[in-house]
Amino acid sequence: MTTIDTLPQAWQGELPPLAPDEQLIAWLEIDLDDQLAFRPGLIALTSYRVLASGDNWVSRSLTTTLSLAHHDHAGVGTLELEDSSGRLARWRYTLGRNPAALRFEREFTRQRDSVASGLPPSPAVAAACPICQMPLPPDEEECPNCARELHTPPSTWTLLRLWRFAEPYKMQLLAGFLLTLAATAATLVPPYLTMPLMDDILIPFQNGKPIDTVKVAWLLAGLLGSAVFAWGLSWARTYILALVSERIGADLRTTTYEHLMKLSLEYFGGKRTGDLLARIGTETDRINVFLSLHLLDFATDILMIVMTAIILFSINPWLALVTLIPLPIIAWMIHIVRDKLRTGFEQIDRVWSEVTSVLADTIPGIRVVKAFAQEAREAQRFRDANRHNLEVNDRLNRVWSLFAPTVGLLTEIGILVVWAFGIWLVGHDQITVGVLTAFLAYISRFYNRLDAMSRIVSVTQKAAAGAKRIFDILDHVSSVPEPANPVEMPPVRGGIDIQNVGFRYGNRAILRGVDLNIAPGEMIGLVGHSGSGKSTLVNLICRFYDVTEGQIKVEGVDLRSVRVADYRKHIGLVLQEPFLFFGTIAENIAYGKPDATRTEIVAAARAAHAHEFILRQPFGYDSLVGERGQSLSGGERQRISIARALLIDPKILILDEATSAVDTETEFEIQSALNNLIRGRTTIAIAHRLSTLRRADRLVVMDRGRIVEIGQHEDLMAKEGHYWRLYQAQTKQLDALPALGETLPAMEVAA
Amino acid sequence: MSRPPVSSPFTLSRNSFGRLVLVGADGTAHDGVTPIRAFAISAPDDGIALLSAEGKELQWIENLANLPEASRALIIDELAQREFMPAIHRIISVSSYATPSTWEVETDRGATSLILKSEDDIRRLRGPGALLVADSQGIHFLIRDRKMLDAHSQKILKRFL
Repeated sequence: MTTIDTLPQAWQGELPPLAPDEQLIAWLEIDLDDQLAFRPGLIALTSYRVLASGDNWVSRSLTTTLSLAHHDHAGVGTLELEDSSGRLARWRYTLGRNPAALRFEREFTRQRDSVASGLPPSPAVAAACPICQMPLPPDEEECPNCARELHTPPSTWTLLRLWRFAEPYKMQLLAGFLLTLAATAATLVPPYLTMPLMDDILIPFQNGKPIDTVKVAWLLAGLLGSAVFAWGLSWARTYILALVSERIGADLRTTTYEHLMKLSLEYFGGKRTGDLLARIGTETDRINVFLSLHLLDFATDILMIVMTAIILFSINPWLALVTLIPLPIIAWMIHIVRDKLRTGFEQIDRVWSEVTSVLADTIPGIRVVKAFAQEAREAQRFRDANRHNLEVNDRLNRVWSLFAPTVGLLTEIGILVVWAFGIWLVGHDQITVGVLTAFLAYISRFYNRLDAMSRIVSVTQKAAAGAKRIFDILDHVSSVPEPANPVEMPPVRGGIDIQNVGFRYGNRAILRGVDLNIAPGEMIGLVGHSGSGKSTLVNLICRFYDVTEGQIKVEGVDLRSVRVADYRKHIGLVLQEPFLFFGTIAENIAYGKPDATRTEIVAAARAAHAHEFILRQPFGYDSLVGERGQSLSGGERQRISIARALLIDPKILILDEATSAVDTETEFEIQSALNNLIRGRTTIAIAHRLSTLRRADRLVVMDRGRIVEIGQHEDLMAKEGHYWRLYQAQTKQLDALPALGETLPAMEVAA
Repeated sequence: MSRPPVSSPFTLSRNSFGRLVLVGADGTAHDGVTPIRAFAISAPDDGIALLSAEGKELQWIENLANLPEASRALIIDELAQREFMPAIHRIISVSSYATPSTWEVETDRGATSLILKSEDDIRRLRGPGALLVADSQGIHFLIRDRKMLDAHSQKILKRFL
């Protein structure tokens, strides 16, 4: 029961007092005013009136003639309160509130009818989502509709999330780390040995003592030994870590692709192919390189710096302190530049996918490009995309190119300071010349590493940007989600029950209030103008999309409660544009059932009237067909796709304009192939040519997202309604249609 | 191919249900007429079609300026009721620079927030610096010229372009 308490906080005190016997039934928060400016408002429905906020609260008593009309356009929904004399009020809201508005409308109708009939209204249904007021699906606490809208931006620590992929390789990573530690330590030995070399050998020699050859030999052997040792260790760790990172990269790529395959058509509809290609190809590779090269180097550098610092401090704390002075300055610089670089790299990534998008756009469409002689323009488009790329890169390089030399300069200054301070210390007999040389040897390594470390900033940012784009895909929840507790799919006989289904794509309502009950084995012909929602309805039945309102049940089970794959294997789909994958004809036919025997494949091809032309191919069923099946004609490809659908023996068959892309003779061939396919299955066929559907048990006529007529050809013709008009238009058109090249007498030729 | 209905005298009025009624040259009245801009962004005032409730074109208007005052006012009024493209004047803040990101904006229709699902939803228009931002609900926000925004907004915006 809705009560005052359920109202949003802001409105609780605002609502005018209700009569003692008056109850609050429903409410709707609106966010636009009549001039379409953003302004919050409230409409409330009580037992016998409608209240609306405004400068003053407006109240309308519920009467039988009152009605609430709902429509939407371009992201704005409108509710209009009308009676027989005209419009009484109008309320506007943005579409996020549409489900709530529709629910309000339903409540309104129920309440009005109850006032009219004097009977209490039928009790309200299931628990509703507190945000959008949609009824919650059973055993789920979160509203799927709103959860999808919860937009949590990815954290900045995206790279850490790669741990998920690194975890299986923990042991190798640990081994790699220990090796790194050892290798780094080994590389720090040589400068240490320069100290005795200087103090015990060279300087005494200058002062007239002979060279101790044995000691020299030992020290030089030590230098060589540590170098060889460091070499061996570095080799081992580089090999192990490269191996691991390559595997992590591969896992990342396959996981992303697997996830991508599970996403709904809605996702693919909104993405550019080039962009997705770039993400899975380039970005994973970039992350890979980052892990195998840069991260490794970075870890080594950190170790090196820490170890060097320890050694330096143990030799002489004062000199060490002076040596380390440039460090905080460099750290500060890195921090400053980091932000600039990160955004820059993100930008470069986006521009880069712009470049790939041009490629992905034009290569499949190359026939059109050439036919309209637009090669130059496409080349220009590519050049523009590249120029944009250059611009962004140039801007970034300006910062970047300043950064590296500055680090270099600081390094030089640092060394200068060490020299000066070192000479002063030597002059005051605080340290020996050997210590100073050792310091200088360490410090040049130290700053070298620091310089290299500063480069890590850019690659880390690049990798983080890449990781973010990968996780963008991985985090995207399919809008056709797998149910948490899937219901077992009962044996499918082919009955489909469509109940009050609505569907919206973006801000356009495509289907509204569609009710249709399809019996097992029935053939339904879907008819209507293009854009009337036929294909959308079929897409919903296939569960390529989920309904926005209402439900679709198969064998009494809501489609959303069974596993997608369990359901889809009962569906055979023949599309207008058959898609053949690169491979043999046999593989293409067996696409939906890879373990099909050769006999089954041939049988399916025979039934699809494809057998004979397949035999005419150079290698029969083993002939290769290309990406778009270039070597086959449209009708031939279509028959292969029919064979593909036949082979899986689906209980539900969907023909989406299966014959409209071919000539009449081929259509006849395909028709007889289809007749084999239809037998004993629930069939839903969309066809532009109405004659194709005359065998349908029932024709469903759709117009602008609604079902307007249902019946058989003869009945619908007798009715002289929508179907009759469509049919008339088509037969008339065929006679009246001018042949190509002929102009209608009244038509002026455009200049 | 079909010819556009020839410009002919017609009268427009609004009935008590708030719907436009068009009476054509042949005297038939059409209830619930909707005006549509053919080039909503590139040439909003050129080419306006009046469609019937069934979506059939009844009248083609080359340019609004050539219409009698009364009809023009009705059409402009109706268009204003249908068109909802708030123009962003200022970006106050964004929840993150990674999408999806929630933007708090000031528009010519008041302050609101929008959710940008992906950078791809920002479309560059032909005009210099003009952008169209589609939010998660399909509402389009217009940025007339991004160079005219204040520095703070520009800085935020740049991160998404």
